[in-house]
Amino acid sequence: MAQQNNGAVLNHPPKPFWLLAEITYRCPLHCAFCYNPTDYATHTQNELSTEQWIKVLRDARKMGALQLGISGGEPLLRDDIEEIVAEAGSLGYYSNLITSGVGLTEKRIAEFKRGGLDHIQLSMHDITKDINNFITDTNTFELKKKVAAMIKEYDYPMVLNVVIHRYNIEHIGEILEMAEALGADFVELANTQYYGWSLLNRSQLMPTREQLIKAEAITNKFRERVGSKMKVFFVVPDYYSDRPKKCMNGWGEVFMIVTANGDVLPCHSARVLPGLEFPNVRDQGLEWVWNESPTFNKYRGDDWMKEPCRTCPEKEKDLGGCRCQTYLLTGDAEGADPVCSLSSTHDVILQAIEDAKNPQLASQPILFRNDKNSQKIISGDLKDVLAPFHALP
Amino acid sequence: MSDKIKSEAVVGLARHYRFQWEEAQAGYVLLFPEGMIKLNGGAGEVIKRVDGKRTVGEIVAECKAAFPDVPDIEADVLAMLELALGKTWIAVKE
Repeated sequence: MAQQNNGAVLNHPPKPFWLLAEITYRCPLHCAFCYNPTDYATHTQNELSTEQWIKVLRDARKMGALQLGISGGEPLLRDDIEEIVAEAGSLGYYSNLITSGVGLTEKRIAEFKRGGLDHIQLSMHDITKDINNFITDTNTFELKKKVAAMIKEYDYPMVLNVVIHRYNIEHIGEILEMAEALGADFVELANTQYYGWSLLNRSQLMPTREQLIKAEAITNKFRERVGSKMKVFFVVPDYYSDRPKKCMNGWGEVFMIVTANGDVLPCHSARVLPGLEFPNVRDQGLEWVWNESPTFNKYRGDDWMKEPCRTCPEKEKDLGGCRCQTYLLTGDAEGADPVCSLSSTHDVILQAIEDAKNPQLASQPILFRNDKNSQKIISGDLKDVLAPFHALP
Repeated sequence: MSDKIKSEAVVGLARHYRFQWEEAQAGYVLLFPEGMIKLNGGAGEVIKRVDGKRTVGEIVAECKAAFPDVPDIEADVLAMLELALGKTWIAVKE
């Protein structure tokens, strides 16, 4: 009767139901687990204009885009979000502002409500001020609570996103209680996935298997207690499962991302992959990008697969996992995701799991996501940190 | 009628859910934070009548009138409403 797959509908031919507008890479927070590209600083000077974004929204909507995420960086650093939201509202998108809360004021939220913004997803980090401020490298703890209250006051669904890592996983029960006290409707406990800055900081961020099992048990107990009044999603970290995730629900199947500078990507970190040219909305129409461009067709379906995926009875379930993760960790973009226990490169994951038991805090300081570190990565000053990976994460 | 759902109950979409026709998919969809559901023709016909004003009995009666050729449509409509309640897409109004 109704079909659902990770919240997205599968259709053929594929349609870009989900449009993610990564509207700026600028961000007042410096989160150690950010998935943004480590060389984001190259894309902070050439952002699309308001008019260009409006054209993107119109064109994508014509192609069937329905869910719109307005993200970044911190989208509120742009002063035209009100205009963009109003356009999305009039086009019939179900729109979501994905924010740290920094820059959200009464005036702006009232304007978003008028413009038809459907929900606001607020990132939270911990129940303690210390860890919130440490992992984001900012003093934002109190502000987030104020923003949460504002979201409630304006009758938005309260959607909290908490990225889980070694520094907060032991507080998961208290984090859920805090969410309940704030009146959250949806809570996403998103275990860190290792791309961008989080990959650089993996040895610092990754919890142990024991921590993860405990956290999941606490989450399940909490779910039983609160029932349907609060929906809790626990995003399992793929490093600790035997099979890879069906990344993005398939390459070029339902997701399309337009980045701050107008590049169109099939997934958040596709820029790491070799031999692909990413079309830009300044030069190409979205219709062509989605249907015809070599990049969006590159890993569509399963023609590209090699063994062991090609003849694997489970290939439809995960489509071989994540191309970016596979390339970053193994150097072969067409191989099986190393997360899979059937992959010949699975040992790189086992090693990372082993390393998580021995965090070497002193010798590997966290690299926070900020312009200075990004510039250092671009200029090659941090070669040692990048050495284990096959591309710039 | 049904032991799970009363004929006189008024049902509406759950808070923050949106229901709309999508031209690109030639069908109705339900939208909510982090997800969407494409409804097939029958499901769409039921949910479009779930407006926070009509009772379950009225929805059944309307569907019967709209689709007189469908045998035992009452059971289908109730099954759809029960599914939607179970998934918390819709709620009984107090």
